[in-house]
Amino acid sequence: MASKTETQTMIEVSGLSKAFVLHTQGSTRISVFEGLSMEVGAGECMALDGPSGAGKSTLMRILYANYRIDRGRIKVRHKGEMVDLASSAPRMVLEVRRRTLGYVSQFLRVIPRVATLDVVSEPLRALGVEEAEAHDRARTMLARVNVPERLWGLAPATFSGGEQQRVNVARGFVAELPILLLDEPTASLDAINRQCVMGLIDEAKTRGAAVVGIFHDHEVRDAVADSVFDMRETLAASGEAA
Amino acid sequence: MPDDDVLLHVEHVSKTFGEIHACDDVSFDLWPGEVLGIVGESGSGKTTLLKCLAGREEPDSGLISYTNRRGEASDIFAMSEPERRMLARTDWGFVHQNPRDGLRLDITAGGNIGERLMMVGARHYGNIREEAETWMNRVELEFGRIDSPPRTFSGGMQQRLQIARNLVSGPRLVFMDEPTGGLDVSVQARLLDLLRELVRELQVAVVIVTHDLAVARLLSDRLMVMRRGAVVESGLTDQVLDDPQHEYSQLLVSSILQV
Repeated sequence: MASKTETQTMIEVSGLSKAFVLHTQGSTRISVFEGLSMEVGAGECMALDGPSGAGKSTLMRILYANYRIDRGRIKVRHKGEMVDLASSAPRMVLEVRRRTLGYVSQFLRVIPRVATLDVVSEPLRALGVEEAEAHDRARTMLARVNVPERLWGLAPATFSGGEQQRVNVARGFVAELPILLLDEPTASLDAINRQCVMGLIDEAKTRGAAVVGIFHDHEVRDAVADSVFDMRETLAASGEAA
Repeated sequence: MPDDDVLLHVEHVSKTFGEIHACDDVSFDLWPGEVLGIVGESGSGKTTLLKCLAGREEPDSGLISYTNRRGEASDIFAMSEPERRMLARTDWGFVHQNPRDGLRLDITAGGNIGERLMMVGARHYGNIREEAETWMNRVELEFGRIDSPPRTFSGGMQQRLQIARNLVSGPRLVFMDEPTGGLDVSVQARLLDLLRELVRELQVAVVIVTHDLAVARLLSDRLMVMRRGAVVESGLTDQVLDDPQHEYSQLLVSSILQV
């Protein structure tokens, strides 16, 4: 076992504050985080835990730089250097997402007419992988998550929830990025496919990826998570600060 | 001074029509291969801004500087008219909302594509013809229509032809004004998919004006939200659409009907 000090930090959040101001609804201000800090190392899977409304998905979106923040730093290790996403230019954020930061949401954002095989190989193509190789790797991944081959040439718009979820998982894992953010990756999956996703997470950890996840399924969480980040505490802290 | 690798540098651009501020102190940088979406209601000044950027409308004040293939940055309005026209032919493209504004309706489809190639110096008829055929295919136009004038095409086909005409010469920067504007939804989806693929494949920088936030999400890396000539918010496309900060952006995003 590597000692704590030897593990390379992959994600380092410090002093994060985030509030939503709803201008269209009487400028209501909703404070979500006030001074949140966290750290995730290489090969570690951290589960975000807390009741609905505790800000788990908001934190995931912040880690992906999909949501902006009011104060603090969101540093991720990108090509060996810690890069602060909160202060990076859009094209830097896109570059970090391409090479470093993967995100598997609960829902697939379907693009009309784009075939499943292309949806899954896209992250590889964005990294400059040739089409033939990208397709090969996408096929392997689709087979692995049990998406029937007859669907690979179709756009996933008409697929079932579970099938779309698996396409999403395949797309998220295919490029083997160093950091993975998983928002309920097993939400609409049966036991076999849950096992399959757990296997993918284990492999990602073994190759040194840092994983942050929201897992409502306790069986999955207990199997893959090395640490739990309790969001109740951050909520309480925000309550005091407010 | 603009950064070394910036393609288009825009600084404090303003343009008024009488009392109306069509563009009010707009500044931004665009890098090679980047797709910038400009959204806002009609009358927000986005089309006027696009025309200024493309050298078609001179701003009252401010600087628009373009860096050419040799790495030389120059103020596009300090150039002579022929220089600017040359740039528009060799380095830029402009896709109009109405394809009839960007095509010559009475010459053949192949001629529309070939003409653009001849403008940048192609002379060999066989090569031009071959390239036109390739592009008919790329924008999914039936090869058999290559000798028909676009007057006989549907709106969606005309728009795809206009895109082929603009991209055939390998521009580095393409301006698009509501390219999916007048089309049926099913035709729009096809065109969007095509644009998305071409833009990525060719690594061309694009400034696209649209009032359709779904189009902006699908095509652009970055967004600028305009209201009354001013940029009220800008950032990564998904940030602006998923976590809009400005009152007006929030209103725009919350006004979309969920299907």
